[in-house]
Amino acid sequence: MAKVPVQFTLNGSEKAEFVESGATLLHALRDKIGDTSPKGGCHQGTCGACSVIIDGELRLSCLTLAETCNGAAITTTAGLAEGGVLHPLQRAFLDAFATQCGFCTPGMIMAAKVLLDRTPNPSREDVVEALSGNICRCTGYEPIIQAVLTAARANSQNAA
Amino acid sequence: MSLALQTFSSVKDANAALQAAGARYLGGGTLVIRAANEGDVSISSLIRVNDPGLLQIAVSGAKVRLGASVTMAAIARHPELAALAPAARAVGGPAIRNMATVGGNLFAPAPYGDFAVALLALDATVDTEDGELAVETFLAGRDTSRAIVTAATFSLPKAESFRFLKVSRVKPKGVSVLSIAALLELAPDGTVTSARIALGCMADRPMRALAAEKALLGCKLTPQEIAPALAAASEGIAPITDPIASAWYRAEVLPVHLGRLLSN
Ligand SMILES: Cc1cc2nc3c(=O)[nH]c(=O)nc-3n(C[C@H](O)[C@H](O)[C@H](O)COP(=O)(O)OP(=O)(O)OC[C@H]3O[C@@H](n4cnc5c(N)ncnc54)[C@H](O)[C@@H]3O)c2cc1C
Ligand code: FES
Ligand code: FES
Repeated sequence: MAKVPVQFTLNGSEKAEFVESGATLLHALRDKIGDTSPKGGCHQGTCGACSVIIDGELRLSCLTLAETCNGAAITTTAGLAEGGVLHPLQRAFLDAFATQCGFCTPGMIMAAKVLLDRTPNPSREDVVEALSGNICRCTGYEPIIQAVLTAARANSQNAA
Repeated sequence: MSLALQTFSSVKDANAALQAAGARYLGGGTLVIRAANEGDVSISSLIRVNDPGLLQIAVSGAKVRLGASVTMAAIARHPELAALAPAARAVGGPAIRNMATVGGNLFAPAPYGDFAVALLALDATVDTEDGELAVETFLAGRDTSRAIVTAATFSLPKAESFRFLKVSRVKPKGVSVLSIAALLELAPDGTVTSARIALGCMADRPMRALAAEKALLGCKLTPQEIAPALAAASEGIAPITDPIASAWYRAEVLPVHLGRLLSN
């Protein structure tokens, strides 16, 4: 089967690759471009570990064809730290022990980032709703919810 | 395995391409790409259309037209569609809602199709390349339909006349045990003058509770007066069994949840 070109911006830098027609974005990111921060948990849309941000919206990269992302701006967890300084969400996840095996973490952070970008001061219900498509088998969720609320407070203090 | 993706700018051309064996239409992909990931070899090519008209939400007066590619997230945040927001928000988690389309929901087998349940209660019209169909007729024939759905149109319900309920075990999101949508007109004294009730998970696709609709006419929404309608709700149902709930359980809890929806 013919390969098809895909071209998009990943965490601010231009990427161009040839993928097999019908390849998922998850495959393109992990196996072609080498960004292994999105995880392949279920490939069915149920776990949320593959979540990425495409043009500002949370999406599942396992259910998105790479070809449909031509020209898009894609953000993954690998792109959040700046010059070795962790993003406030990453910092909060570490501090709150919100990551154990870590498999769900990049997806959780993507879902939380979209929330905080739109709702800088979310309620606990907002956080639960925002993370409702992401499964964690380790933490019992509470530390993750707390981490997102902590990161939100840190953000609003910085802005003040 | 590889899937050939073909993109068309017109629905007409895409519809022609869709007639080829193994070709499937690609909406948001939440079901069709999932099927491909699971190894469904009946899909060999995907057809999509990037006509911006398919993404449009048009509200003019009381008439609503939802393009087939409109997502659940777009409906949930639209200021004029607040009455429909509970049904749109009932679909999956945030990422799924950003991808899941109106067109795809009309094809989604139970336990999915929560938004289609709402469209059935609203007596929507489904626009396809082959013409316009009442949503009921569309749902009955969808397995053999090869025509691209372009839009769903309906009259915007008044907030107080439209009720929607989804029951799931995982909160806040989770697959349906059942879903119910009801469009009710009440006289000033509270008597039901018209009722349209649609059920999800009570068959392989959304269905109407015709006997319950009839039994509600002339009733007030009190526990005593709705009791015959609740008893009639089970008429003609053949609920699905899946890992979420058995057919028996779904049938048992239907009158309970319908009762709560009606008396709220
Ligand atoms: C984790 C998860 C959770 C989910 N939760 C829910 C839920 O709670 N409630 C619910 O209702 N659904 C749920 N779904 C199912 C699904 O996401 C929705 O039903 C969605 O609306 C399907 O739309 P889509 O655009 O993604 O469909 P696609 O996968 O793109 O298409 C589905 C089918 O419909 C056909 N099709 C799509 N659009 C058209 C069109 N315009 N014309 C002709 N044919 C078309 C496709 O060819 C395909 O056969 C869930 C799915 C997942 C993966
Ligand atoms: S790998 Fe995409 S949702 Fe699980
Ligand atoms: S930390 Fe292990 S799945 Fe969440």
